This record gives sequence, C-alpha cells and structure tokens, in this order.
Amino acid sequence: MLESRRSLLKTGGTLSVASLTLLLGANVSGCAQAQPEAQGQDVQLLNAAIALEHEGIAAYTIAAGSGLLQPAVVQIGVTFRGHHMRHRDELIRAVQALGGVPVEARAESDYVTQLNVASLHDQSDVLRLALGLERGAANAYLGLIPSLGVDYHQIAARMAGDEAFHAAILGNALGEPIPAEGLMFGG
Amino acid sequence: MKFALLLAITSLMFATPAMAQQQGNATRGATLYQQRCGACHSMDANRVGPMHRGVYGRRSGAVAGFHYSPALQRLSVTWNDATLDRWLTAPTRMAPGTTMGIVTPNAQDRADIIAYLRSPAAH
Repeated sequence: MLESRRSLLKTGGTLSVASLTLLLGANVSGCAQAQPEAQGQDVQLLNAAIALEHEGIAAYTIAAGSGLLQPAVVQIGVTFRGHHMRHRDELIRAVQALGGVPVEARAESDYVTQLNVASLHDQSDVLRLALGLERGAANAYLGLIPSLGVDYHQIAARMAGDEAFHAAILGNALGEPIPAEGLMFGG
Repeated sequence: MKFALLLAITSLMFATPAMAQQQGNATRGATLYQQRCGACHSMDANRVGPMHRGVYGRRSGAVAGFHYSPALQRLSVTWNDATLDRWLTAPTRMAPGTTMGIVTPNAQDRADIIAYLRSPAAH
C-alpha cells in the first residue's frame, strides 16, 4: 500500500476519490480503531444509567407496597414507574446494539437498604425520597451528555425531561415553591 | 521596580495548587451534592456509585463492597482538591472506561461540592 501511495505522489496530476482513499488509508483505519474505545465508554455510561433506572423502578415498587401512600398517589407512582421502565428498556436496547451486556437489577432487599427505606414513616417522607431521586436523575442525564457519544445525546435529554416532569409534580405535591430562577436543572 | 519583581517572584514561590482553584462554600456544596450527585451516590450507602463519607483524602477505588469498574481500579489517586476538581470536570478523560460520566462544568459548583466533601459533615 505504501509503494502505491508513493507512486501516486511521484506521477502528480489530479487525485481521484479512489486515490485519495488510498493516501488516507492509514488515517481512516486509525479512526476506525478509535471507535471501539468510544463504544466501550458509551456502554459503561449507559449501563450506569440502566442501574439508575433499576433503582428508580425499585423505589416506586417499594413505595407502592409500603402502605404509606394514598391510593391516588400510588397510581401516580405506578405511572412514573412505567416511564422509568421505558427508559430502562431503551437503554438496554442501546447497550445491546453496542455489543454490550446490560447490567441487571439487584434484589429488592438491596434497594430497601441502600435507599434507607426504614427511615420512611409517612407519605411526605416517601414523596421527598422520590423527589430527591427524580431531581438527581434529571441532573444526572443532563450532566452525562458531554461524556456520551453524540448518538445518545437526544435520548439522554429526553429522559432528563421526563425526570424533571416527575420532579415538578412531586415538588408541587410537597408544596415546594416554584423556583424564581430558570435553568433549574443541569449546569 | 526591583522590589516589585522580588514581591512577584516570592508570591509565585508560595502559591499552592489550592490557591489556583476556587474557594468553596460547603453549605451550598451540600445542596449541590444532593441535587447533582444524589442520583447515584449517598454518604452512607453504595448505590449506582460508591458511598462518599470520608472520600476526601481516601485513595480511589477503595470503598469496601463496591464493584468498581476496571478504569477506577486502575486509577490510583488520592482524592483531594486537585484530583476531585479534575474528576468532576471530565471523569471519562481522567479515567477512560469509567461508569461515571457526569460533568460539572462550572468551577464554582465544583469548588462548593469539594468543600462539602472536605467538611466535617462528610466525614
């Protein structure tokens, strides 16, 4: 390949597309070698997002069965859990498309411990826990975008939008004031 | 003129890396920690990310019971002002292959979060 490139340069004249491709051959393969690293990084980050969604789904499941919530609030939680399941499924598809193995959910008992469920005594406690998780998730997806491959920017932004919606509903239910300043997520 | 030059040189000699970073507000940092880090981290529980109580001054990848990525197992730094600032600025650049990808682009936000992690409340 090297001798062919040298002979092209010696003879001069206009380079065809094929010739240009030959000259740039080493650089193209160098770019191709970079792609698996970027894909591997995306798999790691998307798997962390899947883990986040697993925790959110578990939180809403635990909350629904806690006996602490009014029926209407349980229903809202079940709806939000459905949104997180959709996020999880989209992220799993993305990881699989990249050739990765999606991370699995832990046992519910693990989430009970790590979310300190024992400290929840009434509906307000549960709503505050959910609000913290949703607010954190909205910020997490927005903060993740600079690190993700560009193909995943939009899905991360859409998921941040869902989490921000959840946070707004939960904040309103808890009587939190509407923030006076905009740009309340990310940054 | 000579005095001004001497003063400038002396100041440079005693400048520390910490002085090059923002001064942090630990109270604001506690709020930011909940809002920006709380999706994956807690002070006292391993969740998506490892627990953070005592992280300031600790070696990376050292929390018992947490399954670190190979990238974090290889990292080998002590978490201090400088390393935490680098980490929060661009974690995938500091440890390629990490599962932590959250970027905190604002220098004051990073300084405040680090001030909180350095504070007695986080130890």
